Amino acid sequence: MTEPLLRVRDLKTYFVTEHGSGTARAVDGVSFDLYPGETLGLVGESGCGKTVTSLSVLRLIPEPPGHIRPGSFIEFAGRNLLTLAPRELRAIRGNQIAMIFQEPMTSLNPVFTVGDQIAEAAIVHQRLSRRAARARAIEMLKLVGIPDPAQRVDHYPHQMSGGMRQRVMIAMALVCHPKVLIADEPTTALDVTIQAQILELLERLQAELGMAVMLITHDLGVVAGSADRVVVMYAGQVVEQAPTPELFARPLHPYTEGLLASVPRLDAPPARARARLHGIPGQVPASSDWPGGCRFHPRCPYAWDRCREEEPPLLDASSGEPGSHTVRCWLLTEPQRRTTRPGP
Amino acid sequence: MTSSASALVDVQGLVKHFPGERAFFGLGRPRAVVRAVDDVSFAITPGQTLGLVGESGCGKSTVGRTILRLIEPDAGRVLIDGLNLLTLGSRELRALRRRMQIVFQDPYGSLNPRLTVRQTLAEPLAIHHLATGADAGRRIAALLEEVGLDPGFATSYAHELSGGQRQRVGIARALSVEPQFLVLDEPVSALDVSVQAQVLNLLADLQQRRRLTYLFIAHDLAVVKHIADQVAVMYLGKIVEWAPAARLYAAPRHPYTTSLLSAVPVPDPMAQRRRIVLTGDVPSPAHPPAGCPFHPRCPHPKKDARCRTEPPALREVAPGQLAACHYAEEPL
Amino acid sequence: MTVWNWLAVGGAAVLALVAVAEIRRRAGTGTSARRFFRHPTAAPALFVLAFFVTVALAAPLVTPYRPYVQIDIARLANHAPSAQFPLGTDPFGRDVWSRLVYGARISLGIGALAMLVAVTTGVVVGGVAGYFRRWVDATLMRLVDVGLAMPRVFMLLMVVALWEHVPLTVLVLLIGLTGWFGTSRLVRAEVLSVREREFVAAARALGAEPARVIFRHVLPNAAAPIIVSAALGIGNVMLLEAGLSFLGLGVPSPAPSWGNMIADGWPKMAVAWWASTFPGLAISLVVMALNAVGDALRDALDPRKETA
Repeated sequence: MTEPLLRVRDLKTYFVTEHGSGTARAVDGVSFDLYPGETLGLVGESGCGKTVTSLSVLRLIPEPPGHIRPGSFIEFAGRNLLTLAPRELRAIRGNQIAMIFQEPMTSLNPVFTVGDQIAEAAIVHQRLSRRAARARAIEMLKLVGIPDPAQRVDHYPHQMSGGMRQRVMIAMALVCHPKVLIADEPTTALDVTIQAQILELLERLQAELGMAVMLITHDLGVVAGSADRVVVMYAGQVVEQAPTPELFARPLHPYTEGLLASVPRLDAPPARARARLHGIPGQVPASSDWPGGCRFHPRCPYAWDRCREEEPPLLDASSGEPGSHTVRCWLLTEPQRRTTRPGP
Repeated sequence: MTSSASALVDVQGLVKHFPGERAFFGLGRPRAVVRAVDDVSFAITPGQTLGLVGESGCGKSTVGRTILRLIEPDAGRVLIDGLNLLTLGSRELRALRRRMQIVFQDPYGSLNPRLTVRQTLAEPLAIHHLATGADAGRRIAALLEEVGLDPGFATSYAHELSGGQRQRVGIARALSVEPQFLVLDEPVSALDVSVQAQVLNLLADLQQRRRLTYLFIAHDLAVVKHIADQVAVMYLGKIVEWAPAARLYAAPRHPYTTSLLSAVPVPDPMAQRRRIVLTGDVPSPAHPPAGCPFHPRCPHPKKDARCRTEPPALREVAPGQLAACHYAEEPL
Repeated sequence: MTVWNWLAVGGAAVLALVAVAEIRRRAGTGTSARRFFRHPTAAPALFVLAFFVTVALAAPLVTPYRPYVQIDIARLANHAPSAQFPLGTDPFGRDVWSRLVYGARISLGIGALAMLVAVTTGVVVGGVAGYFRRWVDATLMRLVDVGLAMPRVFMLLMVVALWEHVPLTVLVLLIGLTGWFGTSRLVRAEVLSVREREFVAAARALGAEPARVIFRHVLPNAAAPIIVSAALGIGNVMLLEAGLSFLGLGVPSPAPSWGNMIADGWPKMAVAWWASTFPGLAISLVVMALNAVGDALRDALDPRKETA
């Protein structure tokens, strides 16, 4: 297999809670690799640490109250991003690693035209002249499928619809042809027909530009349709990691299993359409107070004494290449306990 | 869907146009009218759930609020058990509000931050003189238990609860006056998937136990498939398709429904589906296209001049299934 | 200054301390009180205000002289601070401490009353505009625009000039009725935004009548910024009154206000700095205390500020 483009090891991002009364361990020992050209889905519910993970990669965590703990390691192109000088880091941000956010309205500056905003990165990183940067901006608008790019380049964000603004965001992110694109819930704020447009656009651009995409989402449907591999996060940790077909066919962590059972499905057969959903009981714990032992044990239908006392490591469950499917669950050591799944 | 004697809720020709802001002293010329709800009719039989789906701006939330008269409609009739809500005086209307309630999308905005859960739930009991004092306390505890919350939460404020817990309080508040009919306005779309499943199960249980009638407004077609008996699809203020849920999902007749269904991501990487990606955005309801409102985005191969000029009527195209498309007999 | 006066001042300080401690104890369990006292300046500021209010109320007990008594104009003018005159005497031979205490009655009273007038007017106008919207709103807000565009001090100077000695009620009304424009805008904006919140729709859906919706759901959620702006506003009004009185157009001599005390003392500033400095310090102290309390209130009244 090829070398990973981005290697995250034991990433810990903690926050001091207001008035210093505690520490929120938002991201607590996360490791994963991102390979060139692939789409990696980072999935989890709100509060699981997926967004903080993505912000930590570019060191965009507000400090204070947040800080990345020593011992964390994020390697990109042979360099540890966490020890780079701010100047070197800025040369990577937006140039080699770019990011798009959930809210296309608040992520664009309302007082500049979209053309100016797209051109800015090209001027900063590639030292293009204003005229060349403007031409590049028009070219980018065309690339992301905006009609009449030569006119649209002079429009302001408020003159565009939500879907168009997300296209502009993507154009801004891709203007320097980055090697890595981090997309944080890029379609959550959009309607389903517009979401389909944006996902298709991302797919096409990835194939054309050959970049790696880190897709952060809570929507298992989006992951199933777009990602090559999936990392499932819960309570600041990676709980399962596998190639997409493998994860959906053979979910091993009870949390992954529960998530898949929670979603009402459009492809459910009519007879099962109105059956009860097998949700996960309880709710996500607070990041300042993760449960001891396995962090999922209070909500897990299989939990036994060991789960309450001892935190499981990521165990290898691969059927193919070693390390391709890992799971943070003691069930792997005692698979016979899975047989009795209690009712909803 | 046409009005029937057995319907609990019968909406006929509902219209709500929002005038644009007037400029100076409210005297200037009003800007373009936004046709949020444009001649919408439907009926719901007791104990059933009607799913109302559509993308943002299609007018589905406005429908929910106008039939409760939280927004005054411009025209139409809303019959609850045969009684026309729109002609009632304010006193009669307040009394009738006991029979119909609403649950909102945003679990943060829908609870008064200055009130405890107990105060929130005691208020409707006081308004309708249902219970006071210790009696009210018992009913509040019972309500909390019914929605799956520990009665100890009665002393909490909204900000001390999680999103799912708040939504349960919102449901308890709606149930406190023992309504027959609930408008559920995107009740689970702000919740995490695991919590969303819990709340959907709760709504299903409550419907069975209390024989409730639901109008379930949502943008998520998978959620609606899970909970609805009948489904109405809205586009630019109009219902474009109506059918029993099983029929709509299996054999949609309007090209918009077909495209919408094909755009929903399914959590199965092996699913072989034909994805129809619509081009362009939803037009502004202030300037709806002439003819069929969907024609600029319509992927139907037979699209022609008639679609651009003649608005299609909502007509029965199969038993129990209505669609507003000139070519509904030849679905995509 | 007699022993009894000193004891009374000490008593007032103790009383103020006890009052603050009591407020803190009673409210100690409430989350908003915790947020209030989390501000390091909140408790001292509250003490300053409590102290000034106490001595003002108990003025005859804590002062040796009537405020306008010229003790001995020949020998006791510009007397430096001493045991007998703790803050000295002014150029007219009056005890600065006594005048400061009686002046507190007038200055604090004008500040509080004028603010009350301003806030009441502002809440009514803003509430009506925000609730009824449409042409009512448009008309009232244009009126407010006009009010905001008038130079306030200039207007006050003109009106005050109609009287030789301005009656205090007129002064309070004048300051109050020229100070509500900002408040009404604030209230209107709050009412407009709160009435669109879903819990207001929920209350209406439950059959709550308009009065219940307004008083239980809209106004309590719009109250925080109003209270905060009132607390900050009292300070502003006091400064305004001080300014007018300094110019000789506010509280007429010989009645003491902190503003006209500064005016009385400043011609002799070089030889008797105390006559102007102490009332000046009193104004600064009280205005700073009001600002600190306003800031602490802002946090205390916002339940969303609560975290673990």
